[in-house]
Amino acid sequence: MKILVPVKRVIDYNVKPRVKADQSGVDLANVKMSMNPFDEIAVEEAVRLKEAGTAAEIVVVSIGEQKAQETLRTGLAMGADRGILVVSENMPEPLAVAKILAKIAEEESPDLVILGKQAIDDDSNQVGQMLAALLGWAQGTFASKVEVAGDKVNVTREVDGGLETLALSTPAIITTDLRLNEPRYASLPNIMKAKKKPIDEKTPADYGVDTAPRLEVVKVTEPPKRQAGEIVPDVDTLVAKLKELGAVA
Amino acid sequence: MSTLILADHDNQTLGAATLVAVTAAMKLGGDVHVLVAGSGSGAVADAAAKVPGVDKVLHADDAAYAHALAENVAPLIDGLMSNYDNLLAPATTTGKNVLPRVAARLDVQQISEIISINDDGSFDRPTYAGNAIATVKSSDAKKVITVRGTAFEKAETEGGSAAIEAISGAGDSGTSSFVSSEIAESERPELTSAGIIVSGGRALQSGENFEKYIEPLADKLGAAVGASRAAVDAGYVPNDYQVGQTGKIVAPEIYIAIGISGAIQHLAGMKDSKTIIAINKDEDAPIFSVADYGLVADLYEAVPELTGKI
Repeated sequence: MKILVPVKRVIDYNVKPRVKADQSGVDLANVKMSMNPFDEIAVEEAVRLKEAGTAAEIVVVSIGEQKAQETLRTGLAMGADRGILVVSENMPEPLAVAKILAKIAEEESPDLVILGKQAIDDDSNQVGQMLAALLGWAQGTFASKVEVAGDKVNVTREVDGGLETLALSTPAIITTDLRLNEPRYASLPNIMKAKKKPIDEKTPADYGVDTAPRLEVVKVTEPPKRQAGEIVPDVDTLVAKLKELGAVA
Repeated sequence: MSTLILADHDNQTLGAATLVAVTAAMKLGGDVHVLVAGSGSGAVADAAAKVPGVDKVLHADDAAYAHALAENVAPLIDGLMSNYDNLLAPATTTGKNVLPRVAARLDVQQISEIISINDDGSFDRPTYAGNAIATVKSSDAKKVITVRGTAFEKAETEGGSAAIEAISGAGDSGTSSFVSSEIAESERPELTSAGIIVSGGRALQSGENFEKYIEPLADKLGAAVGASRAAVDAGYVPNDYQVGQTGKIVAPEIYIAIGISGAIQHLAGMKDSKTIIAINKDEDAPIFSVADYGLVADLYEAVPELTGKI
Protein backbone atom coordinates (compact mmCIF):
# COMPACT_ATOMS: atom_id res chain seq x y z
CA MET A 1 0.00 0.00 0.00
CA LYS A 2 0.92 3.63 -0.43
CA ILE A 3 0.85 6.06 2.49
CA LEU A 4 0.69 9.84 2.31
CA VAL A 5 1.94 11.73 5.36
CA PRO A 6 1.38 15.48 5.60
CA VAL A 7 3.88 17.22 7.91
CA LYS A 8 3.93 20.79 9.22
CA ARG A 9 6.84 23.02 10.17
CA VAL A 10 6.02 24.63 13.50
CA ILE A 11 7.74 26.38 16.39
CA ASP A 12 9.73 23.80 18.38
CA TYR A 13 7.60 22.50 21.23
CA ASN A 14 10.21 23.41 23.84
CA VAL A 15 10.20 27.08 22.88
CA LYS A 16 7.96 29.43 24.85
CA PRO A 17 6.15 31.51 22.22
CA ARG A 18 6.35 35.31 22.50
CA VAL A 19 3.43 37.44 21.38
CA LYS A 20 4.52 40.43 19.25
CA ALA A 21 4.11 43.85 20.84
CA ASP A 22 1.88 45.05 17.97
CA GLN A 23 -0.48 42.09 18.60
CA SER A 24 -0.14 40.91 15.01
CA GLY A 25 0.92 37.40 15.95
CA VAL A 26 3.60 35.31 17.57
CA ASP A 27 7.22 36.27 16.91
CA LEU A 28 8.75 33.47 14.83
CA ALA A 29 11.88 35.37 13.74
CA ASN A 30 15.03 33.48 14.79
CA VAL A 31 12.96 30.92 16.69
CA LYS A 32 13.84 27.23 16.47
CA MET A 33 11.37 25.43 14.19
CA SER A 34 10.78 21.67 13.99
CA MET A 35 8.39 19.09 12.64
CA ASN A 36 5.08 19.16 14.52
CA PRO A 37 5.41 16.40 17.18
CA PHE A 38 2.19 14.65 16.14
CA ASP A 39 3.45 14.56 12.54
CA GLU A 40 6.67 12.84 13.64
CA ILE A 41 4.44 10.15 15.12
CA ALA A 42 2.58 9.94 11.78
CA VAL A 43 5.83 9.49 9.82
CA GLU A 44 7.02 6.89 12.34
CA GLU A 45 3.79 4.90 11.98
CA ALA A 46 4.07 4.95 8.19
CA VAL A 47 7.71 3.81 8.36
CA ARG A 48 6.77 0.97 10.73
CA LEU A 49 4.05 -0.16 8.30
CA LYS A 50 6.68 -0.15 5.56
CA GLU A 51 9.13 -2.12 7.69
CA ALA A 52 6.37 -4.65 8.41
CA GLY A 53 5.91 -5.13 4.66
CA THR A 54 2.45 -3.55 4.69
CA ALA A 55 3.37 -0.31 2.94
CA ALA A 56 5.38 -0.09 -0.26
CA GLU A 57 5.84 3.67 -0.57
CA ILE A 58 5.65 6.67 1.75
CA VAL A 59 5.15 10.17 0.37
CA VAL A 60 5.59 13.12 2.73
CA VAL A 61 3.90 16.44 1.94
CA SER A 62 4.42 19.85 3.47
CA ILE A 63 2.63 23.10 2.75
CA GLY A 64 4.10 26.45 3.74
CA GLU A 65 7.17 28.56 3.22
CA GLN A 66 10.22 27.32 1.28
CA LYS A 67 11.92 26.32 4.55
CA ALA A 68 9.30 23.61 5.05
CA GLN A 69 11.69 21.67 2.79
CA GLU A 70 13.79 21.04 5.93
CA THR A 71 10.75 19.40 7.55
CA LEU A 72 10.32 17.17 4.50
CA ARG A 73 14.02 16.21 4.67
CA THR A 74 13.47 15.16 8.29
CA GLY A 75 10.60 12.92 7.16
CA LEU A 76 12.76 11.49 4.35
CA ALA A 77 15.59 10.83 6.81
CA MET A 78 13.15 8.94 9.04
CA GLY A 79 12.32 6.63 6.12
CA ALA A 80 9.84 8.29 3.74
CA ASP A 81 10.60 7.74 0.05
CA ARG A 82 9.85 11.09 -1.57
CA GLY A 83 8.43 14.49 -0.82
CA ILE A 84 6.03 17.07 -2.19
CA LEU A 85 6.54 20.69 -1.13
CA VAL A 86 3.66 23.08 -1.74
CA VAL A 87 5.16 26.56 -1.39
CA SER A 88 2.83 29.20 -0.03
CA GLU A 89 3.96 32.52 1.45
CA ASN A 90 1.42 32.46 4.22
CA MET A 91 0.40 29.30 6.03
CA PRO A 92 -3.04 28.43 4.62
CA GLU A 93 -5.91 27.71 7.05
CA PRO A 94 -6.88 24.08 7.75
CA LEU A 95 -9.70 24.10 5.16
CA ALA A 96 -7.35 25.24 2.37
CA VAL A 97 -4.68 22.76 3.53
CA ALA A 98 -7.28 19.98 3.40
CA LYS A 99 -8.29 21.05 -0.14
CA ILE A 100 -4.67 20.95 -1.34
CA LEU A 101 -4.15 17.56 0.31
CA ALA A 102 -7.37 16.25 -1.25
CA LYS A 103 -6.02 17.12 -4.73
CA ILE A 104 -2.71 15.45 -3.92
CA ALA A 105 -4.56 12.39 -2.64
CA GLU A 106 -6.53 12.24 -5.90
CA GLU A 107 -3.27 12.32 -7.89
CA GLU A 108 -1.36 9.91 -5.68
CA SER A 109 -4.21 7.52 -4.73
CA PRO A 110 -2.79 6.51 -1.34
CA ASP A 111 -4.45 3.75 0.68
CA LEU A 112 -3.88 5.64 3.91
CA VAL A 113 -3.24 9.26 4.79
CA ILE A 114 -1.71 9.56 8.26
CA LEU A 115 -1.68 13.03 9.84
CA GLY A 116 -1.00 14.42 13.29
CA LYS A 117 -4.15 15.06 15.33
CA GLN A 118 -3.30 18.74 15.71
CA ALA A 119 -0.52 21.21 15.04
CA ILE A 120 0.94 22.71 18.20
CA ASP A 121 0.88 26.23 16.76
CA ASP A 122 -2.76 26.84 15.80
CA ASP A 123 -4.11 23.95 17.93
CA SER A 124 -7.01 23.54 15.45
CA ASN A 125 -7.36 19.76 15.21
CA GLN A 126 -9.23 19.96 11.89
CA VAL A 127 -7.17 19.02 8.81
CA GLY A 128 -7.51 15.23 8.98
CA GLN A 129 -11.25 15.34 9.52
CA MET A 130 -11.69 17.93 6.74
CA LEU A 131 -9.59 15.88 4.34
CA ALA A 132 -11.68 12.79 5.11
CA ALA A 133 -14.83 14.81 4.39
CA LEU A 134 -13.55 16.18 1.07
CA LEU A 135 -12.49 12.72 -0.11
CA GLY A 136 -15.56 10.98 1.35
CA TRP A 137 -13.23 8.56 3.19
CA ALA A 138 -13.54 7.10 6.68
CA GLN A 139 -11.57 8.75 9.49
CA GLY A 140 -9.80 7.29 12.52
CA THR A 141 -8.88 10.29 14.65
CA PHE A 142 -6.71 10.41 17.80
CA ALA A 143 -5.26 6.97 17.04
CA SER A 144 -3.24 5.13 19.66
CA LYS A 145 -3.10 1.85 17.70
CA VAL A 146 -3.35 1.03 13.99
CA GLU A 147 -3.75 -2.48 12.55
CA VAL A 148 -4.10 -3.09 8.84
CA ALA A 149 -6.23 -6.16 8.16
CA GLY A 150 -6.87 -6.83 4.48
CA ASP A 151 -8.94 -4.03 3.00
CA LYS A 152 -9.81 -2.72 6.47
CA VAL A 153 -7.82 -0.83 9.03
CA ASN A 154 -8.60 -1.15 12.72
CA VAL A 155 -7.93 2.04 14.63
CA THR A 156 -8.00 2.32 18.42
CA ARG A 157 -8.86 5.88 19.37
CA GLU A 158 -8.23 7.86 22.53
CA VAL A 159 -11.63 9.21 23.49
CA ASP A 160 -12.91 10.98 26.62
CA GLY A 161 -13.27 8.25 29.21
CA GLY A 162 -11.05 5.63 27.59
CA LEU A 163 -10.41 3.90 24.28
CA GLU A 164 -12.59 2.98 21.31
CA THR A 165 -11.77 0.72 18.37
CA LEU A 166 -13.24 1.28 14.89
CA ALA A 167 -12.89 -0.70 11.67
CA LEU A 168 -12.45 1.57 8.65
CA SER A 169 -12.70 0.71 4.96
CA THR A 170 -9.63 1.80 3.03
CA PRO A 171 -8.69 4.24 1.68
CA ALA A 172 -8.91 5.98 5.02
CA ILE A 173 -7.60 8.91 7.04
CA ILE A 174 -5.83 8.42 10.36
CA THR A 175 -4.77 11.15 12.78
CA THR A 176 -2.19 10.29 15.41
CA ASP A 177 -2.32 10.74 19.15
CA LEU A 178 0.78 10.93 21.32
CA ARG A 179 0.73 7.34 22.46
CA LEU A 180 0.66 5.75 19.01
CA ASN A 181 4.44 5.30 18.99
CA GLU A 182 7.82 6.72 19.93
CA PRO A 183 9.30 8.39 16.84
CA ARG A 184 12.86 7.44 15.90
CA TYR A 185 15.76 9.80 15.50
CA ALA A 186 17.18 10.03 12.01
CA SER A 187 20.71 8.62 11.86
CA LEU A 188 23.48 10.60 10.19
CA PRO A 189 23.76 8.17 7.21
CA ASN A 190 20.00 8.42 6.73
CA ILE A 191 20.15 12.22 6.89
CA MET A 192 22.80 12.10 4.14
CA LYS A 193 20.73 9.67 2.07
CA ALA A 194 17.63 11.84 2.51
CA LYS A 195 19.41 14.66 0.66
CA LYS A 196 19.28 12.57 -2.52
CA LYS A 197 15.60 11.64 -2.24
CA PRO A 198 13.35 13.59 -4.63
CA ILE A 199 11.15 16.53 -3.56
CA ASP A 200 8.61 17.80 -6.06
CA GLU A 201 7.90 21.51 -5.71
CA LYS A 202 4.40 22.88 -6.28
CA THR A 203 2.17 25.84 -5.42
CA PRO A 204 -1.47 25.95 -4.25
CA ALA A 205 -2.35 27.34 -7.71
CA ASP A 206 -1.10 24.07 -9.28
CA TYR A 207 -3.96 22.42 -7.44
CA GLY A 208 -6.45 25.21 -8.17
CA VAL A 209 -6.91 25.95 -4.47
CA ASP A 210 -7.68 29.46 -3.25
CA THR A 211 -5.78 29.99 0.01
CA ALA A 212 -7.37 33.35 0.92
CA PRO A 213 -8.11 33.18 4.67
CA ARG A 214 -11.70 32.92 5.85
CA LEU A 215 -10.79 34.02 9.35
CA GLU A 216 -9.47 37.51 9.93
CA VAL A 217 -7.05 37.57 12.86
CA VAL A 218 -8.09 40.77 14.64
CA LYS A 219 -5.31 40.50 17.20
CA VAL A 220 -3.13 38.07 19.10
CA THR A 221 -2.63 38.78 22.78
CA GLU A 222 -0.94 37.23 25.77
CA PRO A 223 -3.17 35.29 28.12
CA PRO A 224 -3.94 37.05 31.40
CA LYS A 225 -1.08 36.62 33.83
CA ARG A 226 -1.76 34.87 37.12
CA GLN A 227 -1.09 36.81 40.29
CA ALA A 228 2.12 35.77 41.96
CA GLY A 229 1.39 33.24 44.68
CA GLU A 230 2.95 32.56 48.02
CA ILE A 231 5.14 29.77 49.26
CA VAL A 232 3.67 28.30 52.44
CA PRO A 233 6.04 27.07 55.14
CA ASP A 234 4.35 23.80 56.09
CA VAL A 235 1.45 21.42 55.66
CA ASP A 236 -0.53 23.07 58.48
CA THR A 237 -0.60 26.37 56.60
CA LEU A 238 -1.73 24.53 53.48
CA VAL A 239 -4.56 22.89 55.43
CA ALA A 240 -5.57 26.35 56.72
CA LYS A 241 -5.62 27.66 53.13
CA LEU A 242 -7.78 24.72 52.01
CA LYS A 243 -10.19 25.56 54.85
CA GLU A 244 -10.30 29.21 53.73
CA LEU A 245 -11.12 28.01 50.20
CA GLY A 246 -13.93 25.88 51.58
CA ALA A 247 -12.36 22.67 50.29
CA VAL A 248 -12.35 21.13 53.75
CA ALA A 249 -14.62 21.67 56.70
CA MET B 1 -30.10 34.00 13.80
CA SER B 2 -30.33 30.35 14.79
CA THR B 3 -27.90 27.84 16.20
CA LEU B 4 -27.76 24.06 16.12
CA ILE B 5 -25.81 22.31 18.86
CA LEU B 6 -24.51 18.77 18.49
CA ALA B 7 -25.15 17.18 21.89
CA ASP B 8 -22.41 15.15 23.54
CA HIS B 9 -23.82 12.05 25.23
CA ASP B 10 -23.43 8.31 25.78
CA ASN B 11 -27.03 7.41 24.79
CA GLN B 12 -27.99 7.45 28.50
CA THR B 13 -27.08 10.86 29.89
CA LEU B 14 -26.53 14.29 28.37
CA GLY B 15 -22.84 15.19 28.66
CA ALA B 16 -22.22 18.20 30.93
CA ALA B 17 -20.07 19.82 28.23
CA THR B 18 -23.24 20.21 26.13
CA LEU B 19 -24.57 22.64 28.77
CA VAL B 20 -21.56 24.87 28.16
CA ALA B 21 -22.33 24.93 24.43
CA VAL B 22 -25.93 25.95 25.24
CA THR B 23 -24.64 28.98 27.18
CA ALA B 24 -22.38 29.94 24.27
CA ALA B 25 -25.27 29.52 21.80
CA MET B 26 -27.50 31.76 23.92
CA LYS B 27 -24.79 34.40 23.82
CA LEU B 28 -24.90 34.28 20.00
CA GLY B 29 -28.64 35.04 20.20
CA GLY B 30 -31.63 33.65 18.32
CA ASP B 31 -33.14 30.19 18.41
CA VAL B 32 -31.12 27.38 20.00
CA HIS B 33 -31.81 23.85 18.82
CA VAL B 34 -30.04 20.74 20.08
CA LEU B 35 -29.41 17.67 17.92
CA VAL B 36 -29.35 14.39 19.79
CA ALA B 37 -28.08 11.74 17.39
CA GLY B 38 -27.85 8.32 18.98
CA SER B 39 -29.48 4.98 19.47
CA GLY B 40 -31.89 4.30 22.33
CA SER B 41 -31.15 7.86 23.35
CA GLY B 42 -34.64 9.02 24.37
CA ALA B 43 -33.51 9.94 27.88
CA VAL B 44 -30.85 12.23 26.41
CA ALA B 45 -33.41 14.02 24.24
CA ASP B 46 -35.69 14.43 27.29
CA ALA B 47 -32.81 15.86 29.31
CA ALA B 48 -31.87 18.28 26.52
CA ALA B 49 -35.50 19.46 26.29
CA LYS B 50 -35.41 20.46 29.98
CA VAL B 51 -32.40 22.76 29.58
CA PRO B 52 -33.57 26.38 29.82
CA GLY B 53 -32.63 28.27 26.67
CA VAL B 54 -33.12 25.31 24.35
CA ASP B 55 -36.00 26.03 21.95
CA LYS B 56 -36.21 22.66 20.22
CA VAL B 57 -34.58 19.22 20.33
CA LEU B 58 -34.04 17.28 17.12
CA HIS B 59 -33.82 13.60 17.94
CA ALA B 60 -32.29 11.22 15.38
CA ASP B 61 -32.49 7.73 16.85
CA ASP B 62 -30.90 5.11 14.64
CA ALA B 63 -28.40 2.27 15.21
CA ALA B 64 -26.10 4.09 12.76
CA TYR B 65 -25.72 6.95 15.28
CA ALA B 66 -25.08 4.78 18.35
CA HIS B 67 -21.35 5.50 18.51
CA ALA B 68 -21.36 8.96 16.93
CA LEU B 69 -19.32 7.78 13.93
CA ALA B 70 -18.32 10.92 12.03
CA GLU B 71 -19.02 9.27 8.67
CA ASN B 72 -22.68 8.80 9.66
CA VAL B 73 -23.35 11.86 11.83
CA ALA B 74 -21.75 14.50 9.56
CA PRO B 75 -24.16 13.95 6.62
CA LEU B 76 -27.09 14.10 9.05
CA ILE B 77 -25.92 17.51 10.29
CA ASP B 78 -25.19 19.08 6.94
CA GLY B 79 -28.64 18.05 5.79
CA LEU B 80 -30.00 20.21 8.62
CA MET B 81 -27.66 23.17 8.28
CA SER B 82 -29.69 24.92 5.54
CA ASN B 83 -31.94 26.02 8.43
CA TYR B 84 -29.19 27.34 10.73
CA ASP B 85 -26.57 30.09 10.84
CA ASN B 86 -24.30 28.46 13.41
CA LEU B 87 -23.26 24.96 14.35
CA LEU B 88 -21.79 24.46 17.80
CA ALA B 89 -20.44 21.50 19.71
CA PRO B 90 -18.52 21.20 22.94
CA ALA B 91 -14.81 20.54 22.28
CA THR B 92 -15.00 16.95 23.50
CA THR B 93 -13.44 14.13 21.49
CA THR B 94 -16.81 13.65 19.75
CA GLY B 95 -17.20 17.34 18.91
CA LYS B 96 -13.62 17.54 17.67
CA ASN B 97 -14.08 14.41 15.57
CA VAL B 98 -17.36 15.33 13.88
CA LEU B 99 -17.45 19.11 13.46
CA PRO B 100 -14.48 19.62 11.09
CA ARG B 101 -16.00 16.92 8.87
CA VAL B 102 -19.21 18.95 8.70
CA ALA B 103 -17.33 22.24 8.24
CA ALA B 104 -15.47 20.93 5.18
CA ARG B 105 -18.70 19.60 3.68
CA LEU B 106 -20.22 23.08 4.16
CA ASP B 107 -17.02 24.74 2.86
CA VAL B 108 -16.56 26.63 6.13
CA GLN B 109 -13.34 27.29 8.06
CA GLN B 110 -14.13 25.99 11.56
CA ILE B 111 -13.24 27.99 14.67
CA SER B 112 -11.87 25.56 17.28
CA GLU B 113 -12.19 25.73 21.08
CA ILE B 114 -13.48 29.27 21.52
CA ILE B 115 -13.14 30.73 25.02
CA SER B 116 -15.20 33.88 24.47
CA ILE B 117 -17.69 35.54 22.16
CA ASN B 118 -17.07 39.25 21.71
CA ASP B 119 -19.62 41.98 21.03
CA ASP B 120 -18.18 42.72 17.57
CA GLY B 121 -18.87 39.14 16.43
CA SER B 122 -15.28 38.00 16.92
CA PHE B 123 -14.19 34.97 18.93
CA ASP B 124 -11.20 34.41 21.20
CA ARG B 125 -9.38 31.11 21.03
CA PRO B 126 -6.15 29.91 22.61
CA THR B 127 -3.26 28.95 20.34
CA TYR B 128 0.33 27.81 20.96
CA ALA B 129 -0.71 25.68 23.95
CA GLY B 130 -2.54 28.60 25.51
CA ASN B 131 0.45 30.96 25.27
CA ALA B 132 -1.29 33.26 22.78
CA ILE B 133 -4.97 34.18 22.50
CA ALA B 134 -6.08 34.79 18.91
CA THR B 135 -9.13 36.99 18.31
CA VAL B 136 -10.66 35.95 14.99
CA LYS B 137 -13.58 37.07 12.86
CA SER B 138 -15.15 34.72 10.34
CA SER B 139 -16.17 35.78 6.85
CA ASP B 140 -18.04 32.52 6.25
CA ALA B 141 -21.82 32.69 5.83
CA LYS B 142 -22.29 29.94 8.40
CA LYS B 143 -20.12 29.47 11.44
CA VAL B 144 -18.94 26.09 12.70
CA ILE B 145 -17.52 26.36 16.21
CA THR B 146 -16.31 24.10 19.00
CA VAL B 147 -16.58 25.50 22.51
CA ARG B 148 -14.02 24.90 25.25
CA GLY B 149 -15.81 23.17 28.12
CA THR B 150 -14.27 25.32 30.85
CA ALA B 151 -14.83 28.71 29.21
CA PHE B 152 -18.56 29.28 29.75
CA GLU B 153 -20.91 28.60 32.64
CA LYS B 154 -23.03 25.48 32.33
CA ALA B 155 -26.69 26.05 31.51
CA GLU B 156 -29.21 24.82 34.10
CA THR B 157 -30.57 21.30 33.70
CA GLU B 158 -34.16 21.98 34.76
CA GLY B 159 -36.81 24.52 33.89
CA GLY B 160 -36.97 24.28 30.11
CA SER B 161 -39.68 22.56 28.09
CA ALA B 162 -38.53 22.38 24.50
CA ALA B 163 -40.43 20.35 21.92
CA ILE B 164 -38.76 17.15 20.75
CA GLU B 165 -38.94 16.47 17.04
CA ALA B 166 -37.99 13.04 15.72
CA ILE B 167 -35.89 13.26 12.58
CA SER B 168 -34.11 10.77 10.38
CA GLY B 169 -31.04 10.93 8.20
CA ALA B 170 -29.25 8.80 5.65
CA GLY B 171 -28.09 6.38 8.36
CA ASP B 172 -25.04 4.19 7.86
CA SER B 173 -22.44 5.36 5.35
CA GLY B 174 -20.93 1.87 5.29
CA THR B 175 -17.33 3.13 5.47
CA SER B 176 -16.72 2.63 9.19
CA SER B 177 -17.99 0.47 12.00
CA PHE B 178 -17.67 0.30 15.76
CA VAL B 179 -15.68 -2.66 17.09
CA SER B 180 -15.26 -2.20 20.83
CA SER B 181 -14.60 0.25 23.62
CA GLU B 182 -12.74 0.21 26.90
CA ILE B 183 -14.09 2.85 29.22
CA ALA B 184 -11.92 3.45 32.29
CA GLU B 185 -13.99 2.84 35.43
CA SER B 186 -14.03 5.49 38.07
CA GLU B 187 -16.30 6.32 40.96
CA ARG B 188 -14.66 9.69 41.39
CA PRO B 189 -16.01 12.85 39.76
CA GLU B 190 -15.38 13.27 36.05
CA LEU B 191 -12.15 15.18 35.44
CA THR B 192 -13.47 17.96 33.22
CA SER B 193 -16.40 18.83 35.51
CA ALA B 194 -14.79 18.26 38.94
CA GLY B 195 -14.62 21.10 41.47
CA ILE B 196 -11.31 19.88 42.85
CA ILE B 197 -8.59 17.95 41.04
CA VAL B 198 -5.59 16.25 42.60
CA SER B 199 -2.98 15.60 39.93
CA GLY B 200 0.21 13.61 40.07
CA GLY B 201 3.33 13.66 37.95
CA ARG B 202 6.46 11.71 37.20
CA ALA B 203 7.73 12.14 40.77
CA LEU B 204 5.14 9.58 41.94
CA GLN B 205 7.39 6.92 40.35
CA SER B 206 4.72 4.18 40.08
CA GLY B 207 1.04 3.34 39.79
CA GLU B 208 1.15 1.95 43.33
CA ASN B 209 2.28 5.32 44.63
CA PHE B 210 -0.65 6.97 42.81
CA GLU B 211 -2.95 4.64 44.73
CA LYS B 212 -1.08 5.18 47.98
CA TYR B 213 -0.52 8.94 47.93
CA ILE B 214 -2.77 10.67 45.36
CA GLU B 215 -6.03 8.73 45.58
CA PRO B 216 -6.57 8.94 49.38
CA LEU B 217 -6.10 12.72 49.23
CA ALA B 218 -8.48 12.97 46.27
CA ASP B 219 -11.08 10.86 48.05
CA LYS B 220 -10.89 12.98 51.20
CA LEU B 221 -11.46 16.10 49.14
CA GLY B 222 -14.10 14.52 46.88
CA ALA B 223 -11.76 15.34 44.02
CA ALA B 224 -11.05 13.87 40.61
CA VAL B 225 -7.60 12.43 39.89
CA GLY B 226 -5.51 13.86 37.08
CA ALA B 227 -1.99 13.30 35.82
CA SER B 228 0.77 14.84 33.78
CA ARG B 229 1.77 13.32 30.47
CA ALA B 230 4.93 11.92 32.06
CA ALA B 231 2.86 9.93 34.56
CA VAL B 232 0.58 8.63 31.80
CA ASP B 233 3.42 7.72 29.45
CA ALA B 234 5.14 5.87 32.29
CA GLY B 235 1.95 3.83 32.69
CA TYR B 236 1.12 4.95 36.25
CA VAL B 237 -2.47 5.85 35.27
CA PRO B 238 -4.69 5.48 32.16
CA ASN B 239 -4.31 8.11 29.45
CA ASP B 240 -7.73 9.69 29.98
CA TYR B 241 -6.33 11.06 33.27
CA GLN B 242 -3.99 13.31 31.33
CA VAL B 243 -4.33 17.05 31.80
CA GLY B 244 -2.67 19.25 29.20
CA GLN B 245 -2.55 20.53 25.63
CA THR B 246 -2.90 16.99 24.33
CA GLY B 247 -5.12 15.70 27.13
CA LYS B 248 -8.00 17.32 28.94
CA ILE B 249 -8.44 21.03 29.53
CA VAL B 250 -9.68 21.60 33.08
CA ALA B 251 -10.53 24.66 35.15
CA PRO B 252 -11.64 23.48 38.60
CA GLU B 253 -12.00 25.63 41.71
CA ILE B 254 -8.87 24.01 43.14
CA TYR B 255 -6.11 22.20 41.26
CA ILE B 256 -3.51 20.44 43.40
CA ALA B 257 -0.37 19.55 41.41
CA ILE B 258 1.80 17.01 43.17
CA GLY B 259 5.23 16.13 41.81
CA ILE B 260 4.48 17.95 38.56
CA SER B 261 7.20 20.26 37.24
CA GLY B 262 4.80 22.34 35.15
CA ALA B 263 5.87 22.00 31.49
CA ILE B 264 4.03 24.41 29.16
CA GLN B 265 2.00 21.55 27.69
CA HIS B 266 0.69 20.72 31.16
CA LEU B 267 0.03 24.34 32.11
CA ALA B 268 -2.02 24.67 28.90
CA GLY B 269 -4.51 22.24 30.41
CA MET B 270 -4.93 23.70 33.89
CA LYS B 271 -3.76 27.27 34.21
CA ASP B 272 -7.33 28.61 34.18
CA SER B 273 -8.03 26.80 37.44
CA LYS B 274 -9.28 29.23 40.10
CA THR B 275 -6.74 28.28 42.75
CA ILE B 276 -3.60 26.28 42.00
CA ILE B 277 -1.70 24.52 44.77
CA ALA B 278 1.67 22.93 44.06
CA ILE B 279 3.67 20.48 46.13
CA ASN B 280 7.13 19.89 44.72
CA LYS B 281 10.54 19.43 46.23
CA ASP B 282 12.23 21.50 43.51
CA GLU B 283 11.74 25.13 44.46
CA ASP B 284 12.67 26.17 40.89
CA ALA B 285 9.93 24.05 39.27
CA PRO B 286 7.93 26.18 36.78
CA ILE B 287 4.68 25.06 38.46
CA PHE B 288 5.44 27.53 41.29
CA SER B 289 5.21 30.43 38.82
CA VAL B 290 1.47 29.78 38.38
CA ALA B 291 0.65 28.37 41.83
CA ASP B 292 -1.33 30.46 44.31
CA TYR B 293 0.04 28.38 47.15
CA GLY B 294 3.23 26.40 46.91
CA LEU B 295 4.77 23.98 49.34
CA VAL B 296 8.41 23.04 48.76
CA ALA B 297 8.54 19.57 50.26
CA ASP B 298 9.05 15.89 49.57
CA LEU B 299 5.64 14.63 48.45
CA TYR B 300 6.18 11.29 50.18
CA GLU B 301 6.16 13.09 53.52
CA ALA B 302 3.93 16.08 52.79
CA VAL B 303 1.04 14.32 51.04
CA PRO B 304 0.31 11.72 53.77
CA GLU B 305 0.58 14.48 56.37
CA LEU B 306 -1.85 16.63 54.37
CA THR B 307 -4.26 13.73 53.88
CA GLY B 308 -4.11 12.99 57.60
CA LYS B 309 -4.86 16.56 58.64
CA ILE B 310 -7.96 17.18 56.54
